[in-house]
Amino acid sequence: MSQPAADIHYTQDEMMTVTAARQLRDGAVCFVGIGLPSAACNLARELHAPNLVLIYESGTVGTKPRVLPLSIGDGELAETAEVVIPLPEIFTHYLQAGRVDLGFLGAAQIDRFGNLNSTVIGAYDDPKVRLPGAGGAPEIATHASSVLVIMRMSPKSFVSELGFRTSSGFLGGRGERAARGYPGRGPQAVITDFGVLRPHPDSDELVLTDIYPGVDPAAAVAACGWPLQVAEQLQLLAPPTATELAQLRALNERTRIAHATPVKIHLAPNSSNAV
Amino acid sequence: MATFVSLSNAIAELVRDGQQLALEGFTHLIPFAAGHEIIRQGRRDLHLVRMTPDLIYDQLIGMGCASKLTFSWGGNPGVGSLHRLRDAVENAWPRPLALCEYSHAELAAAYTAGAAGLPSGLLQGYRDTDLYTANPDATRAIACPFSGAALTAVPAIRPDVTILHAQCADRAGNVLLRGITGAAREAALAARALLVTVEEQVESLDAGMNAIVLPSFLIDAIAVVPGGAYPSYAQGYYPRDNSFYQAWDAIARERETFLSWMNRHVLDSPDHSALLHKLGVAA
Repeated sequence: MSQPAADIHYTQDEMMTVTAARQLRDGAVCFVGIGLPSAACNLARELHAPNLVLIYESGTVGTKPRVLPLSIGDGELAETAEVVIPLPEIFTHYLQAGRVDLGFLGAAQIDRFGNLNSTVIGAYDDPKVRLPGAGGAPEIATHASSVLVIMRMSPKSFVSELGFRTSSGFLGGRGERAARGYPGRGPQAVITDFGVLRPHPDSDELVLTDIYPGVDPAAAVAACGWPLQVAEQLQLLAPPTATELAQLRALNERTRIAHATPVKIHLAPNSSNAV
Repeated sequence: MATFVSLSNAIAELVRDGQQLALEGFTHLIPFAAGHEIIRQGRRDLHLVRMTPDLIYDQLIGMGCASKLTFSWGGNPGVGSLHRLRDAVENAWPRPLALCEYSHAELAAAYTAGAAGLPSGLLQGYRDTDLYTANPDATRAIACPFSGAALTAVPAIRPDVTILHAQCADRAGNVLLRGITGAAREAALAARALLVTVEEQVESLDAGMNAIVLPSFLIDAIAVVPGGAYPSYAQGYYPRDNSFYQAWDAIARERETFLSWMNRHVLDSPDHSALLHKLGVAA
């Protein structure tokens, strides 16, 4: 890593994205979601992990987007992919067949054992908030060798018990996931806006293990909906380096310009191939 | 054998009230023009099936065309909620909407089974999600008859009509899909009737040997509708209008702004070309 950007201001999103990117080892096969996970994966690919294999559920394998996609199926992902395959095969031949090293997930709520809710707040049949739903998450959470979660922490989002479990983390904890024979190891890190939580080796309960510069661990505890344990050896994470920030900001700026470019459609095709 | 028809005639002939309908295309090649024509022709009580309902089902649901939705992820990708879908589920507006909800892997397996003429599709059976208790008829736990492994079975989906958008068709009515196809091929093969809108008709598809081509005999009707996937996209023709997807959040958030947008742009436009001119995207 280059010099820490001690005098450079950075946002919480930038700290989270850089922290997530640093978790990714070169050559890993990653199943990527949109938003911060996609930013983190592509930042890592531009920095220390040029051989990261990115799979987006729309069917693009080994994609190297120059700008971040807004949706999971932007044309940029197809144009820069090693191969584009039908979506069912992404889930059968790649994910459920055990070919994904790392799955990247977010959710509306997470519980102390890393189980995720992206379906509903309130009763399923009479919801207070209807969320988008499962998408690829249940199978990613089950089959990816390990899972990274990125979520901002608040007492409403980090809850002791979920009202609805969409995707499995460690279930009830204390080895229940492993005992049930799940193929993947479950969430190995939860990247928040305070620092990183990791599962306790015995209880599977998420514990604060890493903290960002200038963040009081007590503030993280206060933002968590369960009595958050703090690791005895709390690691202090390095702030984003100047290189990390420059790459991330350039990526975001290229993305902003691309998404704002007006679309024009030629209604009378001038293709010489047209009948 | 596919016949070339106008989009309005195709919808009038193939789509009936109360049918199970799948407009597929995963972010890419979403058949917006066809969805708008269904709204114009006032179809009701539809059972809509789509992996990602996207803006087109937000519009169909908000205009009261649907009574049931089978889906696996119902958001505005990268932006947030589908407000009309939420209003239907949370407040039964403009009418109640029954849900049948899957994960992507399950819904893809259901289409694949439908395409194969099998009664059900299979997945590995880690049944710890509450989706199964919330949708008790949507899946069943079964054991593999050979290994005894725990599996999950999903019933095949065989839509009355599947509607796709694609890049081009040749004179004989063979259709080429390029780029991200999602579960479009499976939804097409699972359908009892298949309608495809295309950007253009061409002399030769110029398809690679392993390209995704739907042969003419699978297809009931083809309508040439340039720009028919807008604001989704057609690889090689025009990109996804991400700024429209972002703008839709504010349009669809309130019932009044939604209805006024739909009236002005969809109901008061005779066809898709008129809509594209109104939106200023036609060149």
